[in-house]
Amino acid sequence: MATAIITDILETLLKSSNTTSFPAIREKAKTLALEKGLPEIKEEEYKFTAIQRKLEKSITDFSTAKNISLTTAHIQDALPEGYEGDFLVFNNGRVDLELSKLSKQGYEATLLSSSASDLFGTIAKNEKDVFTAINTSGFEDGIHIQVKKNQKVEKPIHLLFFNQTNEGQVIPTRVLIEIEENAEASFLENSISLDETPYFFNQVVEVKAAQNSKSHYAKLQNESRQAVSVSNFETNIYRDAVFSHTVISLNGDMVRNNLSLNLLDSGVEGNMYGLYLLNGKTHVDNHTNVDHTKPNSDSNELYKGILADSSRGVFNGKIFVRQDAQKTNAFQQNNNILLSEDATINTKPQLEIWADDVKCSHGCTTGQLDEEALFYLQARGIAKDQAKGLLLFAFAGEILEHISDEPFKNHITNLVKERLGSNI
Amino acid sequence: MSKDNQILEEFTSKEYEHGWSVNYEADEAPIGLNEDIIRWISAKKEEPQWLLDWRLKAFKAWLDMKEPEWANVTYPKIDLQALRYYSAPKQSKKPKNLDEIDPELLQIYERLGISLNEQKRLQGIAVDAVLDSVSVGTTFKETLSKLGIVFCSFSEAVQEHPELIKKYLGSVVPMTDNYYAALNSAVFSDGSFCYIPSGVRCPMELSTYFRINAANTGQFERTLIVAEDDSYVSYLEGCTAPQRDENQLHAAVVEIYAAKNAEVKYSTVQNWFPGDKNGKGGIYNFVTKRGICAGDNSKISWTQVETGSAVTWKYPSCILKGDNSVGEFYSVAVTNNYQQADTGTKMIHIGKNTKSRIVSKGISAGHSQNSYRGQVQVMKRATNARNFSQCDSLLMGSKCGAHTFPYIDIQNSSAMVEHEATTSKIGEDQLFYCNQRGISSEDAVALIVNGYAKEVLNQLPMEFAVEAQKLLALTLEGSVG
Repeated sequence: MATAIITDILETLLKSSNTTSFPAIREKAKTLALEKGLPEIKEEEYKFTAIQRKLEKSITDFSTAKNISLTTAHIQDALPEGYEGDFLVFNNGRVDLELSKLSKQGYEATLLSSSASDLFGTIAKNEKDVFTAINTSGFEDGIHIQVKKNQKVEKPIHLLFFNQTNEGQVIPTRVLIEIEENAEASFLENSISLDETPYFFNQVVEVKAAQNSKSHYAKLQNESRQAVSVSNFETNIYRDAVFSHTVISLNGDMVRNNLSLNLLDSGVEGNMYGLYLLNGKTHVDNHTNVDHTKPNSDSNELYKGILADSSRGVFNGKIFVRQDAQKTNAFQQNNNILLSEDATINTKPQLEIWADDVKCSHGCTTGQLDEEALFYLQARGIAKDQAKGLLLFAFAGEILEHISDEPFKNHITNLVKERLGSNI
Repeated sequence: MSKDNQILEEFTSKEYEHGWSVNYEADEAPIGLNEDIIRWISAKKEEPQWLLDWRLKAFKAWLDMKEPEWANVTYPKIDLQALRYYSAPKQSKKPKNLDEIDPELLQIYERLGISLNEQKRLQGIAVDAVLDSVSVGTTFKETLSKLGIVFCSFSEAVQEHPELIKKYLGSVVPMTDNYYAALNSAVFSDGSFCYIPSGVRCPMELSTYFRINAANTGQFERTLIVAEDDSYVSYLEGCTAPQRDENQLHAAVVEIYAAKNAEVKYSTVQNWFPGDKNGKGGIYNFVTKRGICAGDNSKISWTQVETGSAVTWKYPSCILKGDNSVGEFYSVAVTNNYQQADTGTKMIHIGKNTKSRIVSKGISAGHSQNSYRGQVQVMKRATNARNFSQCDSLLMGSKCGAHTFPYIDIQNSSAMVEHEATTSKIGEDQLFYCNQRGISSEDAVALIVNGYAKEVLNQLPMEFAVEAQKLLALTLEGSVG
């Protein structure tokens, strides 16, 4: 069953895409994808996310979505107010360099097909997730961003994905980010649905954070109620580097984020923050994975969820501490608030520890707002609804604080405020 | 460091205390597993037709099932056809009371420190002793029966209280529940049955002691505890096995039914042979334990101290069906050498205002792997459900592993669920603090470990707490991390 569907998907996808670059890697990925098939809900990794059924139902045509006509007006609308940094425009997954603004100060951005980097396909492993394999074999062209050695890129680089298909098609897209030694940079991402037609957004981002580098990636998911989105974000982090990732999920039909931080050397600091603020029937599944392989590295993880209506949140956080990774500090926390009787949360904070001299902890809570805090505010003349909104905003605020770019942060804060106002 | 190593060495070479075996004449089923064997066991136990049919139905279902592979344990596949499914000490006739039991069998239990004879005289615990496949004797039967309490071997209950067995057997753990539960349902040989009538508070601890003696034998016992309205019982289970090179299989099923306002406390000290220090031999302990709080305000509490077995696969669970019902799970799991334990619990909240509490303490040393796997599920109509889970792991040595796999599935907005887990080793500062005050490293470790496990040990009945503390000390003495 599963293999029949994947054959169908890949054939339609490959027939409609121009995939001349990386022939050997793509061929291998294709074979692998065919072998693996789409994940069924019987599989542990996709237990709570019936992605196969969702794709069958909402995607009518598995061909690659064609280009849409984008204008600067679209971009002005999408950029946060007062944003000053560079931006990179993706038109249905394909890079549009003409509409992008790239100062290239301290960094280089080239099409993947022309950079032909050796790094491509070595960080995000096709074996790990079948959607990476589908992406590798079927994406047309992507971007390779190289932040140069010892350079500090002052302003963030904003990746804007504009998505629109006519009848539920596939939008594969690929990003490779290389942060060289001692370099510093930050990235922002936003996916924008131009209308309400369903599509399947299939993203793979590979990041190499070299020795002593500092980088941050912040991502907003506020797509249409019909969008199905699977993102694989894989990072290799080297000695004394700091890498942080923040994801804010507000909208979509079914969203699955696979985020992996591979701590490949000592002195690394890896941070992961997430907020899922859901209503309607939105289903958001965050799978994170931290792999401590060498001694003296730290990782922090904090994911928070507020679930209203019949939305569903899934959190699965894995921390691996390998035998060599002595003196590891790993912290993980997942807090959830359910606002409605029909909302569901499935959470699985998981620790796998093979070294003895480590400090690892995880915590997970699901509950409601603190009655006493509510009462305190009410006693001071704040209406109940407003008090609830305040408390929920404070709960969410802890994640928003980790976004460093002010305009982007304000943009998201406004969206969060708007959502909390309408729901209570 | 050399001293640490030396202590570690000492500790790992510590022998299993209950490793002896006794040769007695046994009544055995032929090796292998098929319908005829099941008929043979059933005939041997003079079971009614409905029970045989039940067994055969389970066997048919089992044939279509696959061995579960999701647990975080690795072991060579068991050849279930090479096992013997029934082995019983030969006795000329059925003993009517303890005086008629073969003295040789009583001696086995004397050596284990459980004197069935002594139990008769001393007030204390009523014991049902199970050797290989059959129950050899139950103490205090008469005293208990005056209160209307039924405490006897499973086979006896089938003969004397068939209506109870028929009503409750398989009601909590269905015969097709999982691979090993189905196998157990098909071939179970004996076990204990306990029935507490309405309004009765059982005046003493009830206890079952399991021992595997024969080689190449699987032990498949079945325990069924039924507590009627407003009753209370505390139940203990202990187990040992001889030291043998080959692995032996233990696949038991325990079912607990708690009616309105009833409370059942189930404590286990599991000390099956864990295999030698090279990981050879040992018991495979694949056990299904589940209780249902069927009535309102009922309570089921599981306490376990797991120190033995080569591979443990065990998840004592509570189905909290009645409103205001309470489920508890307290566990200390110690693994050493090449032991592997994948253990935890499931708390399924169905009724309103249900509460559950999970405290799990894992200690791993040597090359062992220790996993906590648990689930807390709050169903849609379980308003005001409350759960607190805490699972801590302590690692000793750099070749062992500690893993946590908690599943938390919430479908009700009024639920309050908390889970926290930590993993660490014994802190150098803690050790230093003790050393400074003149406590040797070895004593300090014992002190710290005991303090670490105290929350769980406190839940054990006094008699068991002593044994458990001794076991912990035996297993972990001197293993300075």
